[in-house]
Amino acid sequence: MFALVDCNNFYVSCERVFDPSLNGRPVVVLSNNDGCFIARSNEAKALGLPMGGPAFKFRETLKKHQVKVFSANFPLYGDMSSRVMETLANLAPEIEIYSIDEAFLDMTGFRRFGFREYGATIRKTVTKHTGIPVCIGMGPTKTLAKVANQLAKKEPRYNGVCLLSEEQEIEAALASLKVEDIWGIGRQWSALLQVRGIKTAFDFSRASSTWIRQHLHITGARIQEELLGHSCLPLEQVRPPKQSICTSRSFGRSVIGFEELQQAVATFTGKCAVKLRKEGSVASTLTVFICTSPFNEPSQKYWGTKTVALRQPSQDTIAIIRAADQVLAAIFKAGYEYKKAGVIVGGISSATASASPLSLFPDEETEQTNDRRQKLMQVMDKVNRRYGTGTMHTGAENSEAWKPQQTNLSPHYTTAWKDVIEVRGN
Amino acid sequence: MKLLRIHTSPILDFYTADYSTELALPLADAGISAGFPSPAEEYEEVSLDLNKALIKHPAATFYARVKGTSMTDAGILDGDLLVIDKSLDPKSGDIGVCFLDGEFTVKRIEQIDDALYLMPANERFQPIRITEESDFQVWGIVTFVIHKTR
Repeated sequence: MFALVDCNNFYVSCERVFDPSLNGRPVVVLSNNDGCFIARSNEAKALGLPMGGPAFKFRETLKKHQVKVFSANFPLYGDMSSRVMETLANLAPEIEIYSIDEAFLDMTGFRRFGFREYGATIRKTVTKHTGIPVCIGMGPTKTLAKVANQLAKKEPRYNGVCLLSEEQEIEAALASLKVEDIWGIGRQWSALLQVRGIKTAFDFSRASSTWIRQHLHITGARIQEELLGHSCLPLEQVRPPKQSICTSRSFGRSVIGFEELQQAVATFTGKCAVKLRKEGSVASTLTVFICTSPFNEPSQKYWGTKTVALRQPSQDTIAIIRAADQVLAAIFKAGYEYKKAGVIVGGISSATASASPLSLFPDEETEQTNDRRQKLMQVMDKVNRRYGTGTMHTGAENSEAWKPQQTNLSPHYTTAWKDVIEVRGN
Repeated sequence: MKLLRIHTSPILDFYTADYSTELALPLADAGISAGFPSPAEEYEEVSLDLNKALIKHPAATFYARVKGTSMTDAGILDGDLLVIDKSLDPKSGDIGVCFLDGEFTVKRIEQIDDALYLMPANERFQPIRITEESDFQVWGIVTFVIHKTR
């Protein structure tokens, strides 16, 4: 038996923990640079504010209904997520952290407590310990647990915990679920299925398996098996290392000069390198892209991108920034107003696995530089961990200047001493 | 490692850590699965870790800063830092961080007969009776107070 635990409107719930007066009021959280809605409270959903909707288009609704608007406070959300996951891991030892606000649990050992009862215990405990409300769906496969979770969220009668175990329950649940809402069925597949008259998850589960294998391949076949109650997707307790890391950002203003772009790209590259070192990984490829606003006149539009292989797999800020600089020079065109830039490092592998010298004739001098560089990076990371991100950086970077715009940021309640909540003693 | 008593006074005993014996411990391999007994377990008391002493439920522990003087007789002064455990069930007599009518407040929670009161620890302040109309929640229980002395 699997359970999927999903935090309700997670980012909004994080804000509400530290300001309970927001309960029952419409709340939204905006993406980096205060662009689009990335989380909405139920009250905000009821006002018709769509997921991903650009805030400026809904300015009037926001004002009229006094919607509380927050800039994304990722340090807070990250910390609250770890608290939720840690609480879950104490309640059920086999856990797969699926995203910042979702986790799968293996419930097999909890039959003796009663699945529904234990689900209710998990729900109550997480909410009490962290303040974050969650919904729990349980089923014999991960895909059915996801279905159950959708029901738990939608139908108040489940009280936030839905168990799908009897055949009739499962069939009824599948019949009420649209095919495009099945976990793993994308928009393209859903269009294909609609044409074939497959409209609900129940239709999908009863469709010809040969046809599904033919058109939706092994992934589709697995989803069908899972809907029928045969588990094909095991709990992934250890995540495979990421295949690529991307740092990109829209600028709050237009950027025209090469030097300014250079600094932005170096800053984003530096962030990627830090992430690589944190994961103990090295990257083999580097992509840089720069672009103008998509709303520009065609003659004012430009999108430049280029991917190169690094001379040797690296996690070294200085080496990767040097490479990024050359790529940027190759794609930069003067005379455009740039609105966004990004850096993607790819071909990632474990640093220890690729530690063997790759050059055919390694000379002692390079070896020594590499060694010294590695030590320098270690010192830099240590300083930044202790005194805060950005304390020590290369001259090419400037994370202050390329910070996203966040006008409605809540305090870092759980990650900065100066921001802990104030309680009145009077 | 042992703890050595270095000074005894009528009120406080002072200890220092003895580092004279050093033990090289194997680094735990990241691949070891949960449940495997850690080789370091036996030597856990290698230092006095305030985090471990003050925090029983890390995922449920939060900090808050006090503003005001209503709890001074309970040793909670203006500017003190509170260690708050959200996982604990409130008992009458506990000091709690409560959310009352739009504001966080710290008070002693007392149940008297059937009524709930927030009791200040300073005679210049009045007890607050929680009524049906109050927008009230016990946010967490205060387990320690950190007070700066210089």
